Amino acid sequence: MSSDHVTRRGLLRGSAALAAAAPGLSHAQPASPVKEGSPMTPVELTVNGREVHLQLDPRTSLLDALREHLHLTGTKKGCDHGQCGACTVMVEGRRINSCLTLAVMHDGEKVTTIEGLGTAEKLHPMQKAFIVHDGYQCGYCTPGQICSAVAVLEEIEAGIPSHVTHDLDRVTMSDEELRERMSGNICRCAAYPNIIAAMNDVAAGGKA
Amino acid sequence: MRPFTYSRATSVADAAKSAASVQGARFIAGGTNLLDLMKLQIETPTHLIDVNHLGLDRIEKTADGGLKIGALVRNTDLAADRTVRSDYAVLSRALLAGASGQLRNKATTAGNLLQRTRCPYFYDTRMPCNKRRPGSGCGAMQGMSRSLAILGVSDACIAQHPSDMAVAMRLLDAQVDTMGADGTARSIPIADFHRLPGDTPHVETALQSGEIITSVTLPKSIGGTHVYRKVRDRASYAFALVSVAAVFDAKGGTRFAFGGIGAKPWRTEAADAAAKSGAKAVAQAALNGARTTHHNDFKQALVERTLASIYRQKEARA
Repeated sequence: MSSDHVTRRGLLRGSAALAAAAPGLSHAQPASPVKEGSPMTPVELTVNGREVHLQLDPRTSLLDALREHLHLTGTKKGCDHGQCGACTVMVEGRRINSCLTLAVMHDGEKVTTIEGLGTAEKLHPMQKAFIVHDGYQCGYCTPGQICSAVAVLEEIEAGIPSHVTHDLDRVTMSDEELRERMSGNICRCAAYPNIIAAMNDVAAGGKA
Repeated sequence: MRPFTYSRATSVADAAKSAASVQGARFIAGGTNLLDLMKLQIETPTHLIDVNHLGLDRIEKTADGGLKIGALVRNTDLAADRTVRSDYAVLSRALLAGASGQLRNKATTAGNLLQRTRCPYFYDTRMPCNKRRPGSGCGAMQGMSRSLAILGVSDACIAQHPSDMAVAMRLLDAQVDTMGADGTARSIPIADFHRLPGDTPHVETALQSGEIITSVTLPKSIGGTHVYRKVRDRASYAFALVSVAAVFDAKGGTRFAFGGIGAKPWRTEAADAAAKSGAKAVAQAALNGARTTHHNDFKQALVERTLASIYRQKEARA
Protein backbone atom coordinates (compact mmCIF):
# COMPACT_ATOMS: atom_id res chain seq x y z
CA MET A 1 0.00 0.00 0.00
CA SER A 2 1.37 3.40 -0.95
CA SER A 3 1.79 5.70 2.01
CA ASP A 4 2.09 9.08 0.27
CA HIS A 5 -1.53 9.57 -0.69
CA VAL A 6 -4.85 9.16 1.01
CA THR A 7 -6.41 5.76 0.53
CA ARG A 8 -9.89 4.50 1.31
CA ARG A 9 -8.37 1.99 3.71
CA GLY A 10 -6.28 4.68 5.40
CA LEU A 11 -9.43 6.70 5.96
CA LEU A 12 -11.22 3.64 7.33
CA ARG A 13 -8.35 2.98 9.69
CA GLY A 14 -8.49 6.58 10.88
CA SER A 15 -12.19 6.41 11.50
CA ALA A 16 -11.75 3.12 13.31
CA ALA A 17 -9.28 4.80 15.65
CA LEU A 18 -11.81 7.54 16.32
CA ALA A 19 -14.37 4.86 17.12
CA ALA A 20 -12.04 3.16 19.59
CA ALA A 21 -14.07 4.32 22.56
CA ALA A 22 -16.93 2.11 21.37
CA PRO A 23 -16.10 -1.44 22.43
CA GLY A 24 -16.19 -4.06 19.75
CA LEU A 25 -16.04 -2.44 16.37
CA SER A 26 -12.69 -0.82 16.87
CA HIS A 27 -10.06 -3.02 15.29
CA ALA A 28 -10.24 -2.52 11.51
CA GLN A 29 -6.78 -3.33 10.20
CA PRO A 30 -5.21 -3.38 6.76
CA ALA A 31 -4.65 -6.71 5.03
CA SER A 32 -1.66 -8.54 6.49
CA PRO A 33 1.42 -7.51 4.56
CA VAL A 34 3.56 -10.36 3.28
CA LYS A 35 6.51 -10.79 5.59
CA GLU A 36 9.34 -13.26 5.66
CA GLY A 37 8.57 -16.38 7.61
CA SER A 38 5.19 -17.17 6.10
CA PRO A 39 5.83 -19.28 2.99
CA MET A 40 3.30 -18.79 0.23
CA THR A 41 0.72 -21.54 0.00
CA PRO A 42 -1.24 -22.54 -3.11
CA VAL A 43 -5.02 -22.19 -2.69
CA GLU A 44 -7.68 -23.23 -5.19
CA LEU A 45 -11.19 -21.88 -4.81
CA THR A 46 -14.32 -21.87 -6.94
CA VAL A 47 -15.63 -18.35 -6.54
CA ASN A 48 -19.02 -17.59 -8.08
CA GLY A 49 -18.60 -20.58 -10.36
CA ARG A 50 -15.11 -19.61 -11.52
CA GLU A 51 -12.04 -21.64 -10.54
CA VAL A 52 -9.20 -19.50 -9.23
CA HIS A 53 -5.64 -20.40 -8.30
CA LEU A 54 -3.88 -18.24 -5.75
CA GLN A 55 -0.54 -18.19 -3.95
CA LEU A 56 -1.25 -16.82 -0.48
CA ASP A 57 0.45 -16.01 2.77
CA PRO A 58 -1.35 -18.44 5.12
CA ARG A 59 -2.44 -15.46 7.22
CA THR A 60 -4.70 -14.22 4.41
CA SER A 61 -8.31 -14.26 5.52
CA LEU A 62 -10.91 -15.43 3.03
CA LEU A 63 -12.14 -11.80 3.04
CA ASP A 64 -8.72 -10.43 2.04
CA ALA A 65 -8.31 -13.15 -0.59
CA LEU A 66 -11.62 -12.06 -2.15
CA ARG A 67 -11.01 -8.33 -1.95
CA GLU A 68 -7.27 -7.87 -2.35
CA HIS A 69 -6.33 -10.85 -4.52
CA LEU A 70 -9.47 -11.49 -6.60
CA HIS A 71 -10.59 -7.83 -6.56
CA LEU A 72 -14.14 -8.84 -5.64
CA THR A 73 -14.73 -5.76 -3.53
CA GLY A 74 -18.46 -6.26 -3.11
CA THR A 75 -17.76 -8.14 0.13
CA LYS A 76 -16.94 -5.51 2.73
CA LYS A 77 -14.50 -5.27 5.64
CA GLY A 78 -16.24 -3.67 8.60
CA CYS A 79 -14.88 -4.73 11.97
CA ASP A 80 -12.66 -7.62 10.75
CA HIS A 81 -13.60 -9.48 13.97
CA GLY A 82 -16.88 -11.23 13.18
CA GLN A 83 -18.98 -8.66 14.98
CA CYS A 84 -20.60 -6.70 12.15
CA GLY A 85 -21.41 -9.21 9.37
CA ALA A 86 -20.36 -6.91 6.48
CA CYS A 87 -18.05 -9.70 5.23
CA THR A 88 -20.77 -12.38 5.06
CA VAL A 89 -20.36 -14.80 2.14
CA MET A 90 -21.57 -18.34 1.43
CA VAL A 91 -19.04 -21.17 1.59
CA GLU A 92 -20.28 -24.56 0.42
CA GLY A 93 -23.78 -23.08 0.64
CA ARG A 94 -23.58 -21.78 4.23
CA ARG A 95 -23.20 -18.16 5.32
CA ILE A 96 -20.07 -17.38 7.34
CA ASN A 97 -17.98 -14.36 8.34
CA SER A 98 -15.20 -14.35 5.72
CA CYS A 99 -13.01 -12.23 8.02
CA LEU A 100 -12.78 -14.99 10.65
CA THR A 101 -11.49 -17.77 8.45
CA LEU A 102 -8.28 -18.32 6.51
CA ALA A 103 -8.47 -18.70 2.73
CA VAL A 104 -6.11 -21.68 2.97
CA MET A 105 -8.66 -23.52 5.14
CA HIS A 106 -11.08 -23.45 2.19
CA ASP A 107 -8.79 -24.90 -0.46
CA GLY A 108 -10.99 -26.84 -2.89
CA GLU A 109 -14.26 -25.26 -1.71
CA LYS A 110 -17.01 -23.21 -3.37
CA VAL A 111 -17.55 -19.58 -2.37
CA THR A 112 -20.47 -17.36 -3.36
CA THR A 113 -20.17 -13.60 -2.88
CA ILE A 114 -22.59 -10.77 -3.61
CA GLU A 115 -21.11 -10.64 -7.14
CA GLY A 116 -22.25 -14.25 -7.63
CA LEU A 117 -25.82 -13.69 -6.48
CA GLY A 118 -26.76 -11.24 -9.20
CA THR A 119 -25.43 -8.69 -11.66
CA ALA A 120 -26.45 -5.11 -12.45
CA GLU A 121 -28.29 -6.48 -15.49
CA LYS A 122 -29.85 -9.45 -13.72
CA LEU A 123 -30.42 -8.72 -10.04
CA HIS A 124 -31.12 -11.44 -7.50
CA PRO A 125 -34.71 -11.14 -6.16
CA MET A 126 -33.27 -10.13 -2.77
CA GLN A 127 -31.24 -7.33 -4.39
CA LYS A 128 -34.38 -6.10 -6.17
CA ALA A 129 -36.37 -6.24 -2.94
CA PHE A 130 -33.71 -4.25 -1.05
CA ILE A 131 -33.98 -1.51 -3.70
CA VAL A 132 -37.80 -1.50 -3.69
CA HIS A 133 -37.99 -1.38 0.12
CA ASP A 134 -35.03 0.99 0.64
CA GLY A 135 -33.22 -1.65 2.71
CA TYR A 136 -30.09 0.49 3.07
CA GLN A 137 -28.85 4.02 3.43
CA CYS A 138 -25.06 4.29 3.07
CA GLY A 139 -24.91 0.80 1.57
CA TYR A 140 -21.71 -0.39 3.23
CA CYS A 141 -23.30 -3.29 5.12
CA THR A 142 -25.69 -4.12 2.26
CA PRO A 143 -23.74 -6.89 0.46
CA GLY A 144 -23.38 -8.73 3.78
CA GLN A 145 -27.03 -8.09 4.63
CA ILE A 146 -28.16 -9.48 1.27
CA CYS A 147 -25.95 -12.60 1.45
CA SER A 148 -27.20 -13.20 4.99
CA ALA A 149 -30.83 -12.56 4.04
CA VAL A 150 -30.69 -15.08 1.19
CA ALA A 151 -29.14 -17.68 3.52
CA VAL A 152 -31.65 -16.97 6.31
CA LEU A 153 -34.59 -17.80 4.04
CA GLU A 154 -32.85 -21.05 3.08
CA GLU A 155 -32.22 -21.88 6.76
CA ILE A 156 -35.88 -21.34 7.63
CA GLU A 157 -36.89 -23.43 4.61
CA ALA A 158 -34.56 -26.20 5.85
CA GLY A 159 -36.26 -26.14 9.26
CA ILE A 160 -33.20 -24.99 11.22
CA PRO A 161 -34.48 -23.58 14.54
CA SER A 162 -33.44 -20.25 16.11
CA HIS A 163 -33.40 -18.72 19.58
CA VAL A 164 -36.96 -17.42 19.14
CA THR A 165 -38.44 -20.62 17.68
CA HIS A 166 -41.20 -21.62 20.13
CA ASP A 167 -41.40 -25.29 19.13
CA LEU A 168 -37.96 -26.54 18.06
CA ASP A 169 -39.59 -28.95 15.61
CA ARG A 170 -41.81 -26.39 13.88
CA VAL A 171 -39.94 -23.53 12.28
CA THR A 172 -42.19 -20.87 10.80
CA MET A 173 -41.67 -17.52 9.12
CA SER A 174 -42.22 -14.39 11.21
CA ASP A 175 -40.68 -10.95 11.66
CA GLU A 176 -39.40 -12.11 15.05
CA GLU A 177 -37.57 -15.03 13.37
CA LEU A 178 -36.07 -12.79 10.67
CA ARG A 179 -34.86 -10.21 13.20
CA GLU A 180 -33.23 -12.85 15.41
CA ARG A 181 -31.55 -14.60 12.48
CA MET A 182 -30.21 -11.31 11.05
CA SER A 183 -28.66 -10.19 14.36
CA GLY A 184 -25.14 -10.94 13.10
CA ASN A 185 -25.47 -8.16 10.51
CA ILE A 186 -25.21 -4.67 11.93
CA CYS A 187 -26.59 -1.66 10.03
CA ARG A 188 -25.55 1.62 11.63
CA CYS A 189 -27.98 3.51 9.36
CA ALA A 190 -30.64 1.32 11.04
CA ALA A 191 -32.38 0.19 7.86
CA TYR A 192 -33.60 -2.84 9.80
CA PRO A 193 -37.38 -2.47 9.28
CA ASN A 194 -36.91 -2.09 5.54
CA ILE A 195 -34.56 -5.08 5.40
CA ILE A 196 -37.22 -7.21 7.12
CA ALA A 197 -39.81 -5.90 4.62
CA ALA A 198 -37.53 -6.88 1.72
CA MET A 199 -37.01 -10.36 3.16
CA ASN A 200 -40.74 -10.87 3.69
CA ASP A 201 -41.33 -9.84 0.11
CA VAL A 202 -38.87 -12.42 -1.24
CA ALA A 203 -40.16 -15.10 1.15
CA ALA A 204 -43.69 -14.51 -0.11
CA GLY A 205 -42.44 -15.00 -3.67
CA GLY A 206 -43.12 -11.38 -4.51
CA LYS A 207 -41.62 -10.06 -7.73
CA ALA A 208 -40.57 -6.93 -5.81
CA MET B 1 -1.13 -11.26 12.82
CA ARG B 2 2.21 -12.95 13.50
CA PRO B 3 3.56 -15.28 10.80
CA PHE B 4 2.82 -18.98 11.12
CA THR B 5 3.10 -22.13 9.08
CA TYR B 6 0.04 -24.17 8.20
CA SER B 7 -0.66 -27.85 7.69
CA ARG B 8 -3.73 -30.06 7.29
CA ALA B 9 -3.86 -33.03 9.65
CA THR B 10 -4.56 -36.37 7.98
CA SER B 11 -5.31 -38.40 11.13
CA VAL B 12 -6.22 -37.72 14.75
CA ALA B 13 -3.09 -39.49 15.98
CA ASP B 14 -0.82 -37.45 13.68
CA ALA B 15 -2.55 -34.22 14.72
CA ALA B 16 -1.97 -34.95 18.41
CA LYS B 17 1.60 -36.06 17.85
CA SER B 18 2.62 -33.04 15.78
CA ALA B 19 0.84 -30.62 18.14
CA ALA B 20 2.98 -31.94 21.00
CA SER B 21 6.23 -31.98 19.02
CA VAL B 22 6.06 -28.59 17.26
CA GLN B 23 6.71 -25.72 19.65
CA GLY B 24 3.96 -23.10 19.46
CA ALA B 25 1.54 -25.30 17.47
CA ARG B 26 -2.23 -24.94 17.82
CA PHE B 27 -5.18 -26.80 16.32
CA ILE B 28 -7.57 -24.78 14.20
CA ALA B 29 -11.17 -25.93 13.52
CA GLY B 30 -13.86 -23.24 13.11
CA GLY B 31 -11.26 -20.60 13.92
CA THR B 32 -13.85 -18.00 14.94
CA ASN B 33 -12.27 -17.40 18.35
CA LEU B 34 -8.64 -18.28 17.60
CA LEU B 35 -8.29 -16.03 14.52
CA ASP B 36 -9.98 -13.15 16.35
CA LEU B 37 -7.35 -13.49 19.11
CA MET B 38 -4.50 -13.93 16.61
CA LYS B 39 -5.42 -10.65 14.90
CA LEU B 40 -5.03 -8.94 18.26
CA GLN B 41 -1.80 -10.89 18.97
CA ILE B 42 -3.31 -12.31 22.13
CA GLU B 43 -2.77 -15.74 20.59
CA THR B 44 0.52 -16.06 18.68
CA PRO B 45 0.85 -19.63 17.40
CA THR B 46 3.82 -20.35 15.12
CA HIS B 47 2.13 -23.32 13.47
CA LEU B 48 -1.54 -24.10 12.79
CA ILE B 49 -2.74 -27.67 12.41
CA ASP B 50 -6.04 -27.65 10.48
CA VAL B 51 -8.18 -30.47 11.91
CA ASN B 52 -11.25 -29.78 9.74
CA HIS B 53 -10.75 -32.85 7.55
CA LEU B 54 -10.54 -35.58 10.19
CA GLY B 55 -14.11 -36.85 9.76
CA LEU B 56 -15.06 -35.92 13.34
CA ASP B 57 -18.31 -34.33 12.19
CA ARG B 58 -20.87 -37.06 12.92
CA ILE B 59 -23.51 -37.44 15.63
CA GLU B 60 -24.09 -41.08 16.60
CA LYS B 61 -26.16 -42.93 19.19
CA THR B 62 -24.04 -44.87 21.69
CA ALA B 63 -24.62 -48.50 22.74
CA ASP B 64 -26.02 -47.41 26.13
CA GLY B 65 -28.55 -44.98 24.67
CA GLY B 66 -26.43 -41.83 24.82
CA LEU B 67 -25.19 -39.54 22.05
CA LYS B 68 -21.65 -39.17 20.72
CA ILE B 69 -21.09 -35.75 19.16
CA GLY B 70 -18.03 -35.43 16.90
CA ALA B 71 -15.63 -32.64 17.91
CA LEU B 72 -16.13 -30.92 14.55
CA VAL B 73 -19.94 -30.90 14.50
CA ARG B 74 -20.84 -27.27 13.83
CA ASN B 75 -22.97 -25.44 16.39
CA THR B 76 -25.80 -24.98 13.83
CA ASP B 77 -25.86 -28.70 13.04
CA LEU B 78 -25.79 -29.76 16.68
CA ALA B 79 -28.65 -27.41 17.60
CA ALA B 80 -30.71 -28.64 14.63
CA ASP B 81 -30.01 -32.37 15.11
CA ARG B 82 -33.33 -34.26 15.50
CA THR B 83 -32.20 -36.26 18.54
CA VAL B 84 -30.73 -33.20 20.26
CA ARG B 85 -33.93 -31.22 19.64
CA SER B 86 -36.14 -33.93 21.11
CA ASP B 87 -33.99 -35.53 23.86
CA TYR B 88 -31.50 -32.80 24.83
CA ALA B 89 -33.49 -29.65 24.07
CA VAL B 90 -31.58 -27.61 26.66
CA LEU B 91 -28.47 -28.10 24.49
CA SER B 92 -30.27 -26.88 21.35
CA ARG B 93 -31.60 -23.89 23.28
CA ALA B 94 -28.18 -23.00 24.74
CA LEU B 95 -26.48 -23.22 21.33
CA LEU B 96 -29.13 -21.08 19.67
CA ALA B 97 -28.79 -18.44 22.40
CA GLY B 98 -25.11 -17.98 21.52
CA ALA B 99 -23.30 -15.99 18.83
CA SER B 100 -24.83 -15.25 15.38
CA GLY B 101 -26.04 -17.46 12.54
CA GLN B 102 -22.77 -16.94 10.65
CA LEU B 103 -20.64 -17.90 13.67
CA ARG B 104 -22.74 -20.94 14.56
CA ASN B 105 -22.30 -22.21 10.99
CA LYS B 106 -18.54 -22.26 11.53
CA ALA B 107 -17.92 -22.81 15.25
CA THR B 108 -17.43 -26.40 16.39
CA THR B 109 -18.43 -28.40 19.45
CA ALA B 110 -14.86 -28.78 20.71
CA GLY B 111 -13.94 -25.21 19.85
CA ASN B 112 -16.94 -23.92 21.79
CA LEU B 113 -15.70 -25.77 24.91
CA LEU B 114 -12.25 -24.23 24.39
CA GLN B 115 -13.33 -20.65 23.67
CA ARG B 116 -11.63 -18.06 25.82
CA THR B 117 -13.02 -15.42 28.13
CA ARG B 118 -14.41 -12.12 26.85
CA CYS B 119 -12.98 -10.23 29.85
CA PRO B 120 -12.16 -6.80 28.36
CA TYR B 121 -8.78 -6.79 30.16
CA PHE B 122 -7.83 -10.10 28.53
CA TYR B 123 -8.62 -8.50 25.15
CA ASP B 124 -6.74 -5.23 25.76
CA THR B 125 -3.04 -5.98 25.31
CA ARG B 126 -2.09 -2.65 26.92
CA MET B 127 -3.56 -3.82 30.24
CA PRO B 128 -2.19 -6.31 32.75
CA CYS B 129 -3.82 -9.74 32.66
CA ASN B 130 -2.65 -12.84 34.49
CA LYS B 131 -4.45 -15.05 31.98
CA ARG B 132 -2.83 -13.45 28.93
CA ARG B 133 0.57 -12.71 30.51
CA PRO B 134 1.05 -14.74 33.71
CA GLY B 135 2.30 -12.64 36.60
CA SER B 136 1.40 -9.27 35.02
CA GLY B 137 -1.51 -8.61 37.38
CA CYS B 138 -5.25 -8.14 36.86
CA GLY B 139 -6.74 -4.96 35.44
CA ALA B 140 -10.29 -6.13 36.00
CA MET B 141 -10.47 -6.24 39.79
CA GLN B 142 -10.24 -2.47 40.18
CA GLY B 143 -11.67 -1.84 36.73
CA MET B 144 -14.84 -2.41 34.72
CA SER B 145 -15.94 -5.79 36.02
CA ARG B 146 -19.66 -5.67 35.26
CA SER B 147 -19.61 -8.71 32.93
CA LEU B 148 -17.17 -10.78 34.96
CA ALA B 149 -17.40 -13.83 37.21
CA ILE B 150 -18.52 -13.96 40.83
CA LEU B 151 -18.00 -17.71 41.44
CA GLY B 152 -14.79 -19.73 41.28
CA VAL B 153 -12.71 -16.56 41.02
CA SER B 154 -9.27 -16.06 42.60
CA ASP B 155 -6.95 -13.24 43.60
CA ALA B 156 -5.32 -13.65 40.18
CA CYS B 157 -8.38 -13.66 37.91
CA ILE B 158 -12.12 -12.91 37.81
CA ALA B 159 -12.69 -13.72 34.13
CA GLN B 160 -16.01 -15.33 33.24
CA HIS B 161 -16.43 -18.43 31.06
CA PRO B 162 -18.32 -17.16 28.00
CA SER B 163 -19.94 -20.30 26.59
CA ASP B 164 -23.67 -21.05 26.53
CA MET B 165 -23.20 -24.54 25.07
CA ALA B 166 -20.81 -25.60 27.83
CA VAL B 167 -23.42 -24.71 30.48
CA ALA B 168 -25.86 -27.17 28.88
CA MET B 169 -23.09 -29.78 28.54
CA ARG B 170 -22.34 -29.37 32.26
CA LEU B 171 -26.02 -29.77 33.10
CA LEU B 172 -26.24 -32.95 31.00
CA ASP B 173 -23.07 -34.54 32.53
CA ALA B 174 -21.21 -34.71 29.21
CA GLN B 175 -17.87 -36.48 28.85
CA VAL B 176 -15.08 -34.94 26.75
CA ASP B 177 -13.34 -37.67 24.73
CA THR B 178 -9.74 -37.04 23.73
CA MET B 179 -6.63 -38.58 22.24
CA GLY B 180 -3.23 -37.79 23.68
CA ALA B 181 0.06 -37.22 21.88
CA ASP B 182 1.03 -40.84 22.67
CA GLY B 183 -2.16 -42.15 21.07
CA THR B 184 -3.95 -42.86 24.37
CA ALA B 185 -7.69 -42.17 24.44
CA ARG B 186 -9.45 -40.95 27.59
CA SER B 187 -12.77 -39.42 28.65
CA ILE B 188 -12.85 -36.39 30.95
CA PRO B 189 -16.07 -35.60 32.86
CA ILE B 190 -17.15 -32.07 31.92
CA ALA B 191 -17.04 -31.10 35.61
CA ASP B 192 -13.27 -31.73 35.58
CA PHE B 193 -12.60 -30.39 32.08
CA HIS B 194 -12.53 -26.65 32.83
CA ARG B 195 -10.15 -25.55 35.59
CA LEU B 196 -10.66 -22.80 38.10
CA PRO B 197 -8.13 -19.96 37.79
CA GLY B 198 -6.39 -20.28 41.19
CA ASP B 199 -2.92 -18.80 40.74
CA THR B 200 -2.58 -20.17 37.18
CA PRO B 201 -5.47 -18.57 35.24
CA HIS B 202 -3.67 -19.18 31.94
CA VAL B 203 -4.23 -22.95 32.40
CA GLU B 204 -7.91 -23.28 31.46
CA THR B 205 -8.57 -26.97 30.84
CA ALA B 206 -7.40 -30.45 31.82
CA LEU B 207 -5.96 -31.03 28.33
CA GLN B 208 -2.29 -32.03 28.13
CA SER B 209 0.15 -30.86 25.47
CA GLY B 210 -0.99 -32.15 22.06
CA GLU B 211 -4.15 -33.76 23.45
CA ILE B 212 -7.03 -33.35 20.97
CA ILE B 213 -10.78 -33.52 21.61
CA THR B 214 -12.35 -36.17 19.36
CA SER B 215 -15.95 -36.12 20.59
CA VAL B 216 -18.28 -35.10 23.39
CA THR B 217 -20.54 -37.86 24.71
CA LEU B 218 -23.89 -37.34 26.42
CA PRO B 219 -25.42 -40.00 28.68
CA LYS B 220 -28.89 -41.36 27.99
CA SER B 221 -31.54 -38.64 27.93
CA ILE B 222 -33.21 -37.87 31.26
CA GLY B 223 -36.32 -36.54 29.50
CA GLY B 224 -38.38 -33.93 31.30
CA THR B 225 -38.80 -30.22 30.66
CA HIS B 226 -35.70 -28.43 29.35
CA VAL B 227 -35.17 -24.69 29.75
CA TYR B 228 -32.30 -22.33 28.91
CA ARG B 229 -32.84 -18.74 30.01
CA LYS B 230 -30.21 -16.16 29.06
CA VAL B 231 -30.15 -12.57 30.33
CA ARG B 232 -28.01 -10.13 28.38
CA ASP B 233 -27.70 -6.48 27.38
CA ARG B 234 -29.18 -7.05 23.90
CA ALA B 235 -31.96 -9.44 22.87
CA SER B 236 -29.63 -11.24 20.48
CA TYR B 237 -25.95 -11.74 19.70
CA ALA B 238 -24.50 -10.84 23.12
CA PHE B 239 -22.76 -12.77 25.87
CA ALA B 240 -24.69 -13.71 29.00
CA LEU B 241 -24.74 -11.56 32.11
CA VAL B 242 -26.50 -14.52 33.71
CA SER B 243 -27.81 -17.69 32.14
CA VAL B 244 -29.59 -20.64 33.73
CA ALA B 245 -29.98 -24.10 32.23
CA ALA B 246 -32.57 -26.30 33.92
CA VAL B 247 -34.07 -29.74 33.48
CA PHE B 248 -37.15 -30.74 35.44
CA ASP B 249 -37.02 -34.49 34.87
CA ALA B 250 -39.90 -36.96 34.65
CA LYS B 251 -39.17 -38.43 38.10
CA GLY B 252 -39.46 -35.12 39.93
CA GLY B 253 -35.73 -34.40 40.01
CA THR B 254 -34.42 -30.98 39.03
CA ARG B 255 -30.97 -29.81 38.06
CA PHE B 256 -29.53 -26.39 37.32
CA ALA B 257 -26.37 -25.05 35.70
CA PHE B 258 -25.34 -21.42 35.40
CA GLY B 259 -23.48 -19.31 32.84
CA GLY B 260 -22.12 -15.76 32.95
CA ILE B 261 -21.36 -15.92 36.66
CA GLY B 262 -18.61 -18.54 36.92
CA ALA B 263 -14.95 -18.87 36.08
CA LYS B 264 -16.24 -22.08 34.50
CA PRO B 265 -19.72 -23.45 33.71
CA TRP B 266 -21.25 -23.56 37.18
CA ARG B 267 -23.21 -26.34 38.84
CA THR B 268 -23.56 -27.38 42.49
CA GLU B 269 -25.28 -30.31 44.18
CA ALA B 270 -26.64 -27.95 46.82
CA ALA B 271 -28.54 -25.91 44.21
CA ASP B 272 -30.12 -29.04 42.73
CA ALA B 273 -31.05 -30.24 46.24
CA ALA B 274 -32.80 -26.93 46.96
CA ALA B 275 -35.02 -27.17 43.87
CA LYS B 276 -38.21 -27.97 45.76
CA SER B 277 -37.79 -24.88 47.94
CA GLY B 278 -37.97 -22.47 45.01
CA ALA B 279 -35.92 -19.77 43.31
CA LYS B 280 -34.61 -17.98 46.42
CA ALA B 281 -33.28 -21.19 47.98
CA VAL B 282 -31.70 -22.38 44.74
CA ALA B 283 -30.05 -19.00 44.20
CA GLN B 284 -28.70 -18.97 47.76
CA ALA B 285 -27.26 -22.46 47.37
CA ALA B 286 -25.76 -21.77 43.95
CA LEU B 287 -24.23 -18.45 45.04
CA ASN B 288 -22.60 -19.83 48.16
CA GLY B 289 -19.05 -18.43 48.24
CA ALA B 290 -19.76 -15.71 45.67
CA ARG B 291 -17.18 -12.94 45.53
CA THR B 292 -18.50 -9.82 43.88
CA THR B 293 -17.26 -6.37 42.94
CA HIS B 294 -19.16 -3.10 43.08
CA HIS B 295 -19.87 -3.52 39.34
CA ASN B 296 -21.05 -7.13 39.23
CA ASP B 297 -22.83 -7.58 42.57
CA PHE B 298 -26.15 -7.19 40.69
CA LYS B 299 -25.64 -10.66 39.25
CA GLN B 300 -26.66 -12.24 42.56
CA ALA B 301 -30.13 -10.71 42.40
CA LEU B 302 -30.28 -11.45 38.68
CA VAL B 303 -29.63 -15.15 39.30
CA GLU B 304 -32.58 -15.33 41.71
CA ARG B 305 -34.87 -13.41 39.36
CA THR B 306 -33.88 -15.56 36.39
CA LEU B 307 -34.64 -18.67 38.43
CA ALA B 308 -37.97 -17.19 39.49
CA SER B 309 -38.80 -16.60 35.86
CA ILE B 310 -37.96 -20.21 35.01
CA TYR B 311 -40.20 -21.50 37.83
CA ARG B 312 -43.06 -19.32 36.59
CA GLN B 313 -42.56 -20.54 33.03
CA LYS B 314 -42.64 -24.14 34.25
CA GLU B 315 -45.79 -23.61 36.31
CA ALA B 316 -47.49 -21.94 33.36
CA ARG B 317 -46.77 -25.03 31.23
CA ALA B 318 -47.95 -27.52 33.87
